Amino acid sequence: MSGSDMYRQQILDHYKNPRNYGEMQDPDFSHVGENPSCGDTIQVDVKLADDDETIEQVAFSGDGCAISQAAASLLTETLPGKSIDELQAMDTDDIVDMLGVDISPMRIKCAVLARQVAQDGSKLYRGELDEKDRTITEE
Amino acid sequence: MPTSDASGLDVEAIREDFPILERKIGGDVTVPGPDETDDQPLYYLDNAATSHTPRQVVEAMTDYYYEYNSNVHRGIHSLSQEASIAYEEAHDRAAEFVGADGREEVVFTKNTTEAFNLVAYTWGLTELEPGENVVTTQMEHHASLVTWQQLCEKQGAEIRYVEIDEDGRLDMDDLRSKVDDDTAMVSAVHVSNTLGTINPVSEITDIAHEHGALSFIDGAQAVPTRPVDVAEIDADFYAFSGHKMLGPTGIGVLYGKQHLLEELPPFLVGGAMIRRVEFEGTTWEDLPWKFEAGTPPIAEAVGLTAAIDYLEDVGMEAIERHESELARYAYDRLSEFDDIEIYGPHEERGGLVGFNLEGVHAHDLSSILDDHGVAVRAGDHCTQPLHDVLGVPASTRASFYLYNTREEIDELIDAVDTARQLFA
Repeated sequence: MSGSDMYRQQILDHYKNPRNYGEMQDPDFSHVGENPSCGDTIQVDVKLADDDETIEQVAFSGDGCAISQAAASLLTETLPGKSIDELQAMDTDDIVDMLGVDISPMRIKCAVLARQVAQDGSKLYRGELDEKDRTITEE
Repeated sequence: MPTSDASGLDVEAIREDFPILERKIGGDVTVPGPDETDDQPLYYLDNAATSHTPRQVVEAMTDYYYEYNSNVHRGIHSLSQEASIAYEEAHDRAAEFVGADGREEVVFTKNTTEAFNLVAYTWGLTELEPGENVVTTQMEHHASLVTWQQLCEKQGAEIRYVEIDEDGRLDMDDLRSKVDDDTAMVSAVHVSNTLGTINPVSEITDIAHEHGALSFIDGAQAVPTRPVDVAEIDADFYAFSGHKMLGPTGIGVLYGKQHLLEELPPFLVGGAMIRRVEFEGTTWEDLPWKFEAGTPPIAEAVGLTAAIDYLEDVGMEAIERHESELARYAYDRLSEFDDIEIYGPHEERGGLVGFNLEGVHAHDLSSILDDHGVAVRAGDHCTQPLHDVLGVPASTRASFYLYNTREEIDELIDAVDTARQLFA
């Protein structure tokens, strides 16, 4: 796997033209994450359907590297229609599949930041997680 | 590879001493070492993070392990005597290399970071008092900055950060105004690992001494790249790391003036640093052994000696000229592009250039450069507060050493252009 392979068209497109970018009015839950050594920051806002379980709409804001931002943008398109349980079951492989490129080991933390923010946000919403200021995915 | 050099170094011959420069990269990185999918020549421009190791250093350490591996100081048998003499003489060699008076002033640590911690935990915890202050700079490495910050927090002392000017030089007026008679320590980096700035450490030390304060100079980027004379600087403490100067990891040097080191309590206690142990109490070994508890880095000391021999054979003045020339060339080539922001001064800089390509995060740039075989550093370089001052989350840094060439910088420029096209 190599640098240019990571930067295929889809990644660059989502980085340059992020989908669902901006803060949502009245989200059901919202959470922030940051990888301090990269400077990547991501906020994910989620609106749920009336069943309080199905994800209806997702928005993100923040900034950082192309991998972290494209992964967040793609996630906002992937999550609607999924349940919170399905969100919480997403692992690193799911994110790599969603991105459609191999991610080099040192950049995995960038790719999974938005997912982790969404997962932690949903756990906080359900009271499954104690108060946690920010989500961090780097070591 | 063709070499071009105005500094008088025979770079082509030097490169032959560094086998790693011959390997290719680009394949599977989850298994250490080369594999058949590696296809890209390596252009190693990350020397400020760590330098490569010449055969001579590896062979000296191999000889130690194969021929006279033994524990030091206490053994009467032949191998132990050989190892002890080599280990002790490594201190003499390091002392001579940086202009210290002798082995009493040279303590081997794990690295520069440990050298700072040693002084913080010995001098700091016993001497620094509430109401006093430590003056350091905005461009310090975390090794220094975090150590002083935490020490001051513990002791109820104040920490003051000297500001940098627009060119990335230390604001000496600000330094003069921040050092006062309550200042106990002035600590500054000799050569900035992010900006390349070379600080006037002799003048900084003079200012510290005028106010009765001590000075501690971080020489991690200076000792590998230029002649350093701690006596001329008059620094009270000075620290550097072996792995950035062709030596192995796991060994660093704390220089301290003998009378200061004598007054300090030990840092780590245990074996090797004691003279007489009784149930009721213990007396300490002489310098420098008082500060070297436990089995020390013996092979690493042997490697450090070989590294110093290698550097002196090449000549520190020539290495400094070569690095400066490469840094100037890199600066000028990067300056050709309006979308590149360079940090630090143009004149009088160490052998590294930190920059950002507009619209491309440093980590993205570094990944793309890696695909072209160009190894650079991307991130905060252990200077997060300095990056806050610069107003960027991260930067990309190309840093040079005696085996680098202009052609490698041309590769860097070409690879940066690929990133520019990709993100356009």
